[in-house]
This record gives sequence, structure tokens and C-alpha cells, in this order.
Amino acid sequence: MPRIVAKEVLAPGIKKFVIEHPQIARKRQPGQFVIVRVHGEGERFPLTIADADPERGTITLVVQEVGHSTMEMGRKEPGEVILDVVGPLGRPTPIRRYGRVVCMGGGVGVAEIYPVSLALKEAGNEVIGIIGARTRELVIMEKEMRSATHQLIVCTDDGSYGVHGLVTKPLQEMIERKERIDHVFCIGPVPMMKAVAEVTRPVGIPTSVSLNPIMVDGTGMCGACRVTVGGTTRFACVDGPDFDAHQVDFDELMKRLAQYRNEEKLSLQRLHVGEEEPKCAARAAS
Amino acid sequence: MTKGVIPNKTPMPEQDPKERIRNFREVPLGYTEELAIQEALRCLQCKKPTCIAGCPVNIDIPGFIDLVAKGDFLGAARRIKATNLLPAVCGRVCPQEEQCERACVLSKKFESVAIGRLERFVADYERETGKIQYPKIPRRTGKRVAVVGSGPAGLTVAADLIQQGHDVTVFEALHALGGVLVYGIPEFRLPKSILEAEVNYLAALGVHFEPSYVIGKTESLDELLQRFDAVFLGLGAGLPHFMHVPGENLNGVYSANEYLTRSNLMRAYLFPEWDTPIKRGRNVAVIGGGNTAMDAVRTALRLGAENAYLIYRRSRAEMPARLEEIHHAEEEGVQFRMLEAPVRILGDENGWVKEIELISMQLGEPDESGRRRPVPVPGSEHRLAVDTVVVAIGQGANPLLISTTPGLRTNRWGYLEVNPETGETSLERVYAGGDIVRGGATVILAMGDGRRAARAIHERLR
Repeated sequence: MPRIVAKEVLAPGIKKFVIEHPQIARKRQPGQFVIVRVHGEGERFPLTIADADPERGTITLVVQEVGHSTMEMGRKEPGEVILDVVGPLGRPTPIRRYGRVVCMGGGVGVAEIYPVSLALKEAGNEVIGIIGARTRELVIMEKEMRSATHQLIVCTDDGSYGVHGLVTKPLQEMIERKERIDHVFCIGPVPMMKAVAEVTRPVGIPTSVSLNPIMVDGTGMCGACRVTVGGTTRFACVDGPDFDAHQVDFDELMKRLAQYRNEEKLSLQRLHVGEEEPKCAARAAS
Repeated sequence: MTKGVIPNKTPMPEQDPKERIRNFREVPLGYTEELAIQEALRCLQCKKPTCIAGCPVNIDIPGFIDLVAKGDFLGAARRIKATNLLPAVCGRVCPQEEQCERACVLSKKFESVAIGRLERFVADYERETGKIQYPKIPRRTGKRVAVVGSGPAGLTVAADLIQQGHDVTVFEALHALGGVLVYGIPEFRLPKSILEAEVNYLAALGVHFEPSYVIGKTESLDELLQRFDAVFLGLGAGLPHFMHVPGENLNGVYSANEYLTRSNLMRAYLFPEWDTPIKRGRNVAVIGGGNTAMDAVRTALRLGAENAYLIYRRSRAEMPARLEEIHHAEEEGVQFRMLEAPVRILGDENGWVKEIELISMQLGEPDESGRRRPVPVPGSEHRLAVDTVVVAIGQGANPLLISTTPGLRTNRWGYLEVNPETGETSLERVYAGGDIVRGGATVILAMGDGRRAARAIHERLR
């Protein structure tokens, strides 16, 4: 079973896991993901593969603790196993010589744009990186991104580090300066990807986004992850996760991502109640 | 010859409908020993039994029923297992009324012998008494066979080939074994513990299982062929069809595959004890008329629906679902809305389903399937208030492996083309069977395919 060999806290609520899985480490390509199930009663949820080491037989997953299942994963420690890790799933990001590309990551999306950026650089592209976070302490993998790009711009929403503003700001400025951009790759929260699509649309720069809808099986069997792209329904798990940003119905995606918001609240409450129980029991015993 | 025959099947006790719609426990409770013997005695023990030919895996039906009549239930179980390794499953989900029971001589004048109920009884008896006998496995041949997919076709291939002394590894994309038996068929029709016992039986015989392993992704078919002497593809028909009507991506619209996978495989009906949620709709419309639609609509009731509608575009007579399933659904209070088809689904401002617009249909001339074609009645559009819609209009071939494997020949629906005698595909050493060849069919037909392919694989490896 997939064993955790290393764990690192990258930022508050964002954790990096290095996990043994030789087959996936050997096979995975940039842009692909795995489906994870932490324990027997757990949900199946997708995580993009941030990195892999085929020689050591490990993959790297970066997880942001946003809900019940990701928090349960966040509590796992080196030596423990993740019950199921299946993949690599999804179509790889097409890596070729585009010329001059911009790789953009927002929040935990930085971990997901990193392998794409690295592969594009190795393929001979000139890579400009733009990464962003709400505030300085949430900026992750800056060092790695520097090595995976020729030039890196860091943005924070509150101006506590780097450029003050959203990642779209430097992109917009590049466009205004008439800098050459052959392709934009962008992974992050849906509002960010939508905003980037709107910046590149008027100037017709081809833009790819990696979508993160709710999934169950991840192999095209259930259709939970359907997204509307160019007016047609596609399954992000097998047709994506990369799609043409200018064709994606981001509003629908956002609504679909909110589908289980109430259930998620209930799950989280239970997780927190579960934490308090042992303390109460201890108190009762004393 | 039929003098003194009891005309009707011995009824099988069932959970009361009012009770059972509040739980996910199995609906039929099974025969007692007395009821089983009583039913077994209805069998005429024909000199030339017609029922055996009606069974895709040719179970010695009169043979096992005779043993039941004599009270030798373990003997009966072993007799079945000589040809069918999954009797507890088949006794529950086979369409016996179209197979062995239709071929039963009694069925010409009376009700047939309840072969399925008897098969189920002896399989349960053997399991519950724990007196499971394992067949002797011949000396290992050293030949290695990979089975892709752990549904009924794959499990049959594994069972047959392990008994021939070959090494068998079953690869499964999901984390649980059983394919459609575990993700598709609900607990109230096939308890997961029974499936688990049948899988454990195969593991005890030496079958090696690799769950969470996607052939075509984790490892390619080419790579498998380097490690194995033969490969069987039992991939299933796992691609859900949608209707392509407006509003189908609203929140609260599910494919039957998703709805059932959440409930069955992920146990969403136990949320929040189990983590996977499912929408517990109050007014649920299930679209379709097959067994999957019945499973979905009965699941909706158990998840607390006040109104569970089954919407089907033809009339009751054309419904492809098993009679028993239709009967159970009706007893449980499913509202059948025949001759209606969805035109569009309407949502609220947050993207949630609130209504479905339907159009009335009438039956016209027969189509290529021989059933009368449903034709919309102009101007008959009307709306139904629903908060959940489940689309159960069929599945197609999942292209995941096939699209990544050059040389695998498919037909125009995307199903694999095979030699009907052997199950061999266009690639040498690669065999296939079950829904990936037939489209959505039945458990026992998939098992029949598995049996045929196993025989051909064994011939090749000898």
C-alpha cells in the first residue's frame, strides 16, 4: 500500500506528501492526477501529481486542507499509508515547443503548475512564471518555481510580498507591453482561471486551464465531473483535466463545485466534534 | 405427466414494503430448508431436461434440485459450483424467467420451478454453515493470465483458469472488487457481504487481486502482454449516457452510474458516518425503464424521497427491466409515469434542479428493436416539480483502455469485436467478454462469455 515517506508543511493548511507508488512514479506525466481515498469510509477525491521520482518510486502530492477529506489526509504522518492512490489519471498536458509561455499558479495551484512549467522549460520554451496567493505566508514552492521558469513573478493579494495584486495584473501588463506570449497555462481557483481567460481572450492568446470538478471514480464511469466546454458536455477526468480556457463555462463549474456545501459543513463539524471527544472523556475519567 | 403438480412457485418470504423502504437490507429473505425442499419437490426431474440448455453456464439444474429435495444442501451447492463459482450472486441477479425457468417444462402450464430461489438458497446455506469445500487445484502450469476488470465476466475467467492450474491476476480500477456487482447493484438486491464472500473464495483458491490499478493508465495493455501469457478484458460498459437535453448539468442531476456508485460503492446512504455525500431528494425523477432505473428509483425511496417517479418513454409492456424488479418497485410506492419523455430540466438561480419538463408520447409503428416506437404528442409539454433527476438510459463502452490501445478492433458502438467462439479480440492473446462486447447485458451472459474465453485461453496455454 502507498506509504508516506516524507511530509512537509508548505504553508498554513497546505501540506506536501511524498508517497511510495513506483508504478505511478514511472508512468505519470505533467498534468495528470491521482484519485485518493484516505481510509475505509473515506471519499475518493482527485489530487494533481506535483512531482515524481521514478528512481525512488515516489510521487509528490500537495494537499490544501479545505474540507473533511483533505483535513484527514493532512493528519497523516510519514510511515502511515494512504489506503488507495490510483492513477495516473487524465490526459497529460501537451508538452511541446510553443515558444514563449506563461505558467500561472494560484494558491495550491502553484504545486500543480510546477510540473507543467518544468516540462515546458525542459522542452525548450521560454517560461515566465506568475504565481500568487492571498498573503505572503501562503506563497508556496517559490524556489521550485524559480528553477522551473526563466523569470518568476510573485503576487500577493494584500501586497505583503512581491507584486501587490492578483496574478492577472502582471499578465495584463505583459500584454499591454506587447510582449510575445504564445501560450498561457493556468491552474488555480476557478475565479482566477476565469479572470485569466478574460484577460487573454480579447488578444487571442491560447490559454489552457486545468479543471478541478468533483469526481468519484476518475475513470469516466460516473460523469460527476462533467463540465461544459464549447457548449458540449465533457468529462474532466478522461477528456481533461486541461481544457481551452476560452471555451469553459466557469460559472457552471463553480455552481457544481458548491453542490455538497451543506454536507461538507456537517462532515467538518463531525470531524471537529470527534477531536473534542477524547478530551472530554479524559476529563470525565479524572 | 403433470398430475398432482403444485401449480405455483413456493413463495419466498420478503421484507414488508413499508418496512423495507426505510432500510437498505435485502428485500427477499430467502427460503427456509422446509420451503426449499417443498419447492425442489415440484421439479419433475425430466429425463431430457430443457432447463440446462436455458442456462448460459449449463448448471446441472435437475441434479442440484434433486439433492435439495433429499436434504443434501451442501451436495447441491457443490453440484452448482462445478459450473458456476458465483451461485449466491446468480441466484439473486440472473433473469431466470428469461433463461432456465422459461425453459422449464412446468412453465408451459404452470409456474416454472423456482430455480433461481433454490440456487440462492443452497449458496447461502453453504456460506452460512461455513462448510465451503475448495476444489483440488491441479499442479501449477506456470502460465500467467491477466484479467482486467473484476466484474462477473472477469471473476468467471479467474475462477475457471485458477482451477486449471494457471496463475491469475485480476486488475480492478476501483478500490473494491466486483465491478458492476459492487458499484451498480444495490445492497437491497445483492448484499455486499455475499459478493465479498464469493471474491474471498476465489482468493482462497489462489487468485491474486490488484485493486486501484487502471490498465491503460497505471500500466498499458502492451506491458501486460509482456508479463502475462494471455489477457482477458472484462471492462464493462461503464460510460454513462446522457439525454443531451438542456439543464442536464444542473446540480442534482446524476447519471445512474454516479447515483448508484455513490450509494453502493461509497455507501453514501450511510453519510455522514461514511464520508461520501449524496443528494437526498424529496421529489426524484428517474429516467429509464431498465434494471438500472429500477435500482436507482428504489434507492431514491430508501434515501427518503416522498415522491419517486419512474419516467419511461414507452409503455409498461416495453420496459426492459425484470418483472420482479418492476413488481418490487411498485410495491414500494414508485410512481410509474409511462409514455413521457424529458424535454428539458429547469433550475433555480443557484443552479439546482427545480422542475423537469416532459412531453407525452404515444406508441407508433414498431422500430428496429421490434418494440413500438414512442412518438411525441405535439403540444403536450407539462412540468413536474423535482429536486433530483437520475438519468438511467443506458451505458456505453468506456473508451479509456480501448482508445489508448492501437490494434483493438471495435464496432460502431465502440464495443470490442471478438470471435464469438473464443472471445479472442483482434489482438493476439487478448480476449474479451461481458458488457464491453455486448453492451449493457446481464451478469450471467457476462459469465457465459467468461467461461467461453477461459476455455479458449486454456486451450492456447496447454
